[in-house]
Amino acid sequence: MWQAISLTLQLATLTTLILLLFGVPLGWWLARSRSLMVEPVAALVALPVVLPPTVLGFYLLVAMGPNGPFAPLLQAFGLRTLAFSFEGLLIGSVIYSLPFMAQPVRTAFQSIGEAPLEAAATLRASPIDGFFSVAVPMARGGILSGAILSFAHTIGEFGVVLMIGGNIPGETKTLSISIFDAVETMQWGAAHALSAGMLVFAFVVILITMLIARRTGTPQP
Amino acid sequence: MSGIEARFKGAFGGFNLDVAFSAPATGITGLFGPSGSGKTSVLRCLAGLSRVREGHLRADGAVWQDADQFLPPHKRAIGYVFQEPRLFSHLSVLGNLHYGLRRAKTHAPTHRIELEPVIDLMGIRNLLQRSPAALSGGERQRIAIGRALLSQPRVLLMDEPLSALDRQSRNEILPYLESLPAALSIPIIYVSHDLTEIERLASHLVLMREGRVLAAGPLAQLLTDLSLPLARLPEAATVLDLTVQSHDARYDISQCRLDGLPFFVPGRLGAPGALRRVRVRASDVSLITHAPGGSSVLNILPARILSSHPASPSQMLVLLNLSGGGETRLLSSITRKSWDALALRPGMDLFAQIKGMAMTSG
Repeated sequence: MWQAISLTLQLATLTTLILLLFGVPLGWWLARSRSLMVEPVAALVALPVVLPPTVLGFYLLVAMGPNGPFAPLLQAFGLRTLAFSFEGLLIGSVIYSLPFMAQPVRTAFQSIGEAPLEAAATLRASPIDGFFSVAVPMARGGILSGAILSFAHTIGEFGVVLMIGGNIPGETKTLSISIFDAVETMQWGAAHALSAGMLVFAFVVILITMLIARRTGTPQP
Repeated sequence: MSGIEARFKGAFGGFNLDVAFSAPATGITGLFGPSGSGKTSVLRCLAGLSRVREGHLRADGAVWQDADQFLPPHKRAIGYVFQEPRLFSHLSVLGNLHYGLRRAKTHAPTHRIELEPVIDLMGIRNLLQRSPAALSGGERQRIAIGRALLSQPRVLLMDEPLSALDRQSRNEILPYLESLPAALSIPIIYVSHDLTEIERLASHLVLMREGRVLAAGPLAQLLTDLSLPLARLPEAATVLDLTVQSHDARYDISQCRLDGLPFFVPGRLGAPGALRRVRVRASDVSLITHAPGGSSVLNILPARILSSHPASPSQMLVLLNLSGGGETRLLSSITRKSWDALALRPGMDLFAQIKGMAMTSG
């Protein structure tokens, strides 16, 4: 059980860090670009919200498998497949949780608007400087909400993990899979403990994001 | 020290901008016109925040924009005060002031605008640790002005900085704005649709109408140009920059001088030597052909009629040159009946009787 908890926390932390690195610039681009590609890209990013996790998991499984489009790339690293590995699970989680990072970040950047960034430019801040010294701090509420939601969402994911990760202890056996396992094998006590823990965790996370949204005035996701 | 030469031409949102003007190296140049005449667009082009198809801009002794180059806003040595303060909400007041100061290229250290004097000039010392959200509108705008000054501008651009404020906050900030030209020897462009603000602050004027420049030149010259709409306004007036000479405490009246002519203005205008601007409404100036023997009017000055314009079926607008040997002009609004009865005509010498004079700083 502790192995599953530690693995899940590792997965969620890494996923959140990767999403901060890519999701924040993506949210910025979605909020500010006048490109015609903005809405198609936004729709693509939002897909995991409505798609059954099994569908997403299935396509990821195919893509990461030995006959998938990424197989030559994998072979260059001496790997046959990413399916049923922690790395594969991480890629799946990042894609699955991307909308939970990109959406609040986009909304936060949109609500800041052009005005403070123009002011920064007239005070000699280059566009990059203005991004880090004005846009990011002013959108911190949205970024924090996005990070917390991505983290929580990764902790709770089940379908994608089952499809591309399977059930390998210490490698891909996460908390939600453990609960499923416990129920399958009639270990009601373990299932109760894990489920109650998840319930409390989920409640605390949602409460925190709402408090952040109220304090910083960022619209809730 | 160098002025501004600007030319912008191109579609701008819904309308066409086609302007060319220059602004002197020091003093405030008012950019005046009705709402929608393109004043803010011109200011944004000067700052590089907007870009039109054809633009030429020379400022601070360098080319900022022409056919081949366009200097982005963060590389222009400007200070920009927006209509709304646009303070950074995640920084304290002091953090906002430091933002531009830290990023400014230091010019000759003798010309550097330092933090301490600006804090005193804007009267914001007790606000430094506060968050912008906790301040009044007037306080915020003062900080925005201070922040712009500390970015070490070589050109200061102000877009109706008082328009969003109530009368009290306006009166709080106007004295600071009035003191700017003396404190900074840089061009200041001041956008406004409020003529009283322009009359109080500007020395130079660019008159705008529907995306074009109607006229540009020294303020007093444009105010008294009978071919321009300003002189035809019912509240037409001109401004005189008087030098204070002395104050008579017994009658509480100040004696001033302009072009060698004496002027008397009620109240204590300032220390001897101080320059004070007064506003003289055309309707407060009457004309008499001979020096009167006795009159309760204090200011009766020799003048010559330069030109006239029938402003309405009943009123005649008369442009005068005060006969003090200078270029000082005065507007007078009299009835056409009087104009004909006195047989007035351009070139005639007579006396202008000024019934009222008001300090522009109220």
